[in-house]
Amino acid sequence: MLKSKTFLKKTRAGGVMKIVREHYLRDDIGCGAPGCMACGGAHEGPVLESQPQDPASSLCPWPHYLMPDTNVLLHQIDVLEDPAIRNVIVLQTVLQEVRNRSAPVYKRIRDVTNNQEKHFYTFTNEHHRETYVEQKQGENANDRNDRAIRVAAKWYNEHLKKMSAENQLQVIFITNDRKNKEKAVEEGIPAFTCEEYVKSLTANPELIDRLACLSEEGNEIESGKIIFSEHLPLSKLQQGIKSGTYLQGTFRASRENYLEATVWIHGDTEENKEILLQGLKHLNRAIHEDIVAVELLSKSQWVAPSSVVLHDEGQNEDVEKEEERERMLKAAVNEKMLKPTGRVVGIIKRNWRPYCGMLSKSDIKESRRHLFTPADRRIPRIRIETRQASTLEGRRIIVAIDGWPRNSRYPNGHFVKNLGEVGEKETETEVLLLEHDVPHQPFSQAVLSFLPKMPWSITEKDMKNREDLRHLCVCSVDPPGCTDIDDALHCRELENGNLEVGVHIADVSHFIRPGNALDQESARRGTTVYLCEKRIDMVPELLSSNLCSLRCNVDRLAFSCIWEMNHSAEILKTRFTKSVINSRASLTYAEAQMKIDSATMNDAITTSLRRLNKLAKILKKGRIEKGALTLSSPEVRFHMDSETHDPIDLQTKELRETNSMVEEFMLLANISVAKKIHEEFSEHALLRKHPAPPPSNYEILVKAAKSKNLEIKTDTAKSLAESLDRAESPTFPYLNTLLRILATRCMMQAVYFCSGMDNDFHHYGLASPIYTHFTSPIRRYADIIVHRLLAVAIGADCTYPDLTDKHKLADICKNLNFRHKMAQYAQRASVAFHTQLFFKSKGIVSEEAYILFVRKNAIVVLIPKYGLEGTVFFEEKDRPKPRLIYDDEVPSLKIEDTVFHIFDKVKVKIMLDSSNLQHQKIRMSLIEPQIPGIGIPTDISNTDLDEPERKPLR
Amino acid sequence: MAGLELLSDQGYRVDGRRAGELRKIQARMGVFAQADGSAYIEQGNTKALAVVYGPHEIRGSRARALPDRALVNCQYSSATFSTGERKRRPHGDRKSCEMGLQLRQTFEAAILTQLHPRSQIDIYVQVLQADGGTYAACVNAATLAVLDAGIPMRDFVCACSAGFVDGTALADLSHVEEAAGGPQLALALLPASGQIALLEMDSRLHEDHLDQVLEAAAQAARDVHTLLDRVVRQHVREATISLGD
Ligand SMILES: [Zn+2]
Repeated sequence: MLKSKTFLKKTRAGGVMKIVREHYLRDDIGCGAPGCMACGGAHEGPVLESQPQDPASSLCPWPHYLMPDTNVLLHQIDVLEDPAIRNVIVLQTVLQEVRNRSAPVYKRIRDVTNNQEKHFYTFTNEHHRETYVEQKQGENANDRNDRAIRVAAKWYNEHLKKMSAENQLQVIFITNDRKNKEKAVEEGIPAFTCEEYVKSLTANPELIDRLACLSEEGNEIESGKIIFSEHLPLSKLQQGIKSGTYLQGTFRASRENYLEATVWIHGDTEENKEILLQGLKHLNRAIHEDIVAVELLSKSQWVAPSSVVLHDEGQNEDVEKEEERERMLKAAVNEKMLKPTGRVVGIIKRNWRPYCGMLSKSDIKESRRHLFTPADRRIPRIRIETRQASTLEGRRIIVAIDGWPRNSRYPNGHFVKNLGEVGEKETETEVLLLEHDVPHQPFSQAVLSFLPKMPWSITEKDMKNREDLRHLCVCSVDPPGCTDIDDALHCRELENGNLEVGVHIADVSHFIRPGNALDQESARRGTTVYLCEKRIDMVPELLSSNLCSLRCNVDRLAFSCIWEMNHSAEILKTRFTKSVINSRASLTYAEAQMKIDSATMNDAITTSLRRLNKLAKILKKGRIEKGALTLSSPEVRFHMDSETHDPIDLQTKELRETNSMVEEFMLLANISVAKKIHEEFSEHALLRKHPAPPPSNYEILVKAAKSKNLEIKTDTAKSLAESLDRAESPTFPYLNTLLRILATRCMMQAVYFCSGMDNDFHHYGLASPIYTHFTSPIRRYADIIVHRLLAVAIGADCTYPDLTDKHKLADICKNLNFRHKMAQYAQRASVAFHTQLFFKSKGIVSEEAYILFVRKNAIVVLIPKYGLEGTVFFEEKDRPKPRLIYDDEVPSLKIEDTVFHIFDKVKVKIMLDSSNLQHQKIRMSLIEPQIPGIGIPTDISNTDLDEPERKPLR
Repeated sequence: MAGLELLSDQGYRVDGRRAGELRKIQARMGVFAQADGSAYIEQGNTKALAVVYGPHEIRGSRARALPDRALVNCQYSSATFSTGERKRRPHGDRKSCEMGLQLRQTFEAAILTQLHPRSQIDIYVQVLQADGGTYAACVNAATLAVLDAGIPMRDFVCACSAGFVDGTALADLSHVEEAAGGPQLALALLPASGQIALLEMDSRLHEDHLDQVLEAAAQAARDVHTLLDRVVRQHVREATISLGD
């Protein structure tokens, strides 16, 4: 087996260490062209086409393969991803360089290579006997790699000639490096720059738009005035950071003002944690999320954050005007307001991604240069070159940034993809998924290959370490139309008079084995995302809606948590086991409620449900006594038209007893499991905590209640819960709900964490000392990890290294917390979009509303009928400003002669504002009480529902 | 930035081998005339020398003698220059003792010790250069040396390591692959019967994958056997020619 290999040693010297590595050269590596006799089909996986027909190029009309160099792959990946570009040879040398330089591009190129239709072939040239080159004396690694690429290109052309001389199959070398190209041509290799080649594709003129525009360094000085100061090289930045001259941090652009940003300094410094940047020149081409180095300005130059809202609009390329605007920001301010101010001196790491947005067509006809306005206001506008401006107008498109030269007001970029008409449901859904970074591509073949083969049935091997519980009368209770049933329940009386209660959870970790592609993809997605009319699954449908879903009348694998309880719901015994169940019924909440309520029904399922319901009530009471919070937030549901899928009615979710029955047992199971896994793995249990909010968070709630002569105590969760219960007003029944909504806004975010990395486990909202997620493994990845931990704890499955590595676990938690947050924002954005559609069809509506907050120049109201929240502004651009007096203590806002307090009842007019196509919004204006001079405003903006966050007041 | 890619999508490892391929093996028997048996082996850049004395009378305390079989005494050492970083290892450090013990276990299972009761067989192995799979190289060198000494064995003992990367089992790990920290397994096999003389695993491996990795190691050990068998036959042929002169 070793005979076919020549043997060669490569020595890499570094310091005193002498490392000798073997490097085997082979002659069994195929060229990837099918039908090549010389290689004899030695290649596996995706291969090239034997007769590549397209694209038709005027430069090389004969059939050809492309061979790009590293920089082309790195910068022109958008071109390479285009369906028109096929039959590309990716050299191992190139791929390794890409891997070291950009992880995202590396991933993209791998995805392209795995796509059979693209015919990309990876040639392992470094291990091929005839294409391996050794580094020469005095040659640096880059030059050596360039030479290796040329050697491979030359080898290919000679090799293909051998295959068939008559059809002139060629390999074309694509490089943007002038010297490298010249050398290649000298050596007889057909070579073009990426631009030359793409422009020669006469049949695909649209491809030119996707070319990244990379200005050559030399050009910069010639054209136009330098606006920005130079970015310092990385080595200087690192030196500066070490010596303390510069600070490293994450750049966060302001949503409200494009001339302002803050930098969050990394590390534990207490002082100067947040540095303010103001003005284009100080922002110095940094883009939201970039890691930058900043220099702190002297105190005399410090400024205060401006309260002005400034959006970059119009075709404004004039830098002088910008400077004027900047001066405007620096109005005289109190010295106390001054913040540490700095300027960006260099970029440590760019965090660019493709951005969704719309084209602002240039005013100049025939112009090919246009500005692109990203949907995210924190991203600057981007200049792109396109010939299809008129087709792209009014469409949502994706654009990538290529660079930002020193003499350019805006960054340069290129067009990537047309998502579709603005306002179309598919387009908007795509946009909100992209903007919230929700992975939503169909599952790849690699992932699907780990699914069980159908028809699937339970084998004897599956029964290992598993209990047969098919005889139990188990049933599930879920919302109507639920196809991913995670949980099922049972309850029966034991011979000793006690009750046995079982919570049975889909055994997803049986199907998703650690480390494989399916597991990695689920871990990446982290959660299933539920939008108004779409579900983006975390695991493939075969699992989510079939094999894992605990449907009735089929055998399903489960992970069961079984308690023995007495009739006062005290747990006497807890055990966990993997099991097989056969659910007797899949009920909706309403169906289950009906069974419990109708006296005539006495079947096994109904008795089981009644017992569960009784226990749940006791459990809930106990929990509330301990101080668990019951907070309401209006949840809106849309009734969809069955044909057009347009929302026709809004409805707030109705809660039944059975909802809380299921919830109660899920909580109990989660707590029991959390205790068990923490007992077994004190250092690496995955848990969920909910920190208590700092007292200052409650200020607004206490003040608001006080204005209604009610007292809210916030020292403990229990006193908060009790005082909320007591806060009733006979004349104002909705007040209690409003208070609870406000209380929700004071809370902190619950998060996943690894027990070995933290000491505070407390779950404030549930008043439980320990908590985790066990009950929804189909739609949450955290639960899968918890299942694995629990399975190891009870000896039902074996462990693997990553499971007991607390740093890996902490990384998983970090991703899950991010995904959950993003899923939540995406969900809200989806509700917001459907609310817009609803009001678009409904026209202008007047509704009753309650004031939730008062702001300096606006009130935030809640419309109970729709569960909709919005802001009513009192200032308009072109009208005289009304007299506004804001009182922070009460809090109240006096407009002319009318005073507004929190919880006041008002009447508002609701309508859709489409004046800004990209940011359509629901607009609200005050009808009652009438304020002279305010009237009914016509063109003021309102709650911006496009924004991912509806920020609670803190 | 990005860690080392141990297995490319095209199925090649860092040094250009495919998953199941061994490194180049070169071996010679009878390298020292003074010893009863000796052998030298190169598995890639891992180089080991084995010397065998015996069977002979028990040295030292007679009490160590076993009434029914021979005592197998194994000693392992590694040259100070064997690794990239020169490190002086005191004689009899923990690692050497452990390795000696493992070798002893391995060879007690393979040598027909009951044929030489109350006697002793000494196996000395020295690693001259270490580049992964030292245990396997030691076993393979020692097997050849024992054969060279003419000590009867049940069968060859052939050893090989295996690891697990991205759902694929890799045979015969190099130092780079071992250093990556994944699960690794060392297997010593009696190829004819398929019996396992020694199996050792570092780090954790999911049970689901154990069979796959074990099979990869076993297959590699069988491949080692094919090569060693060729070396032995070549050696015997040369020996008979020189005798015939
Ligand atoms: Zn070929």
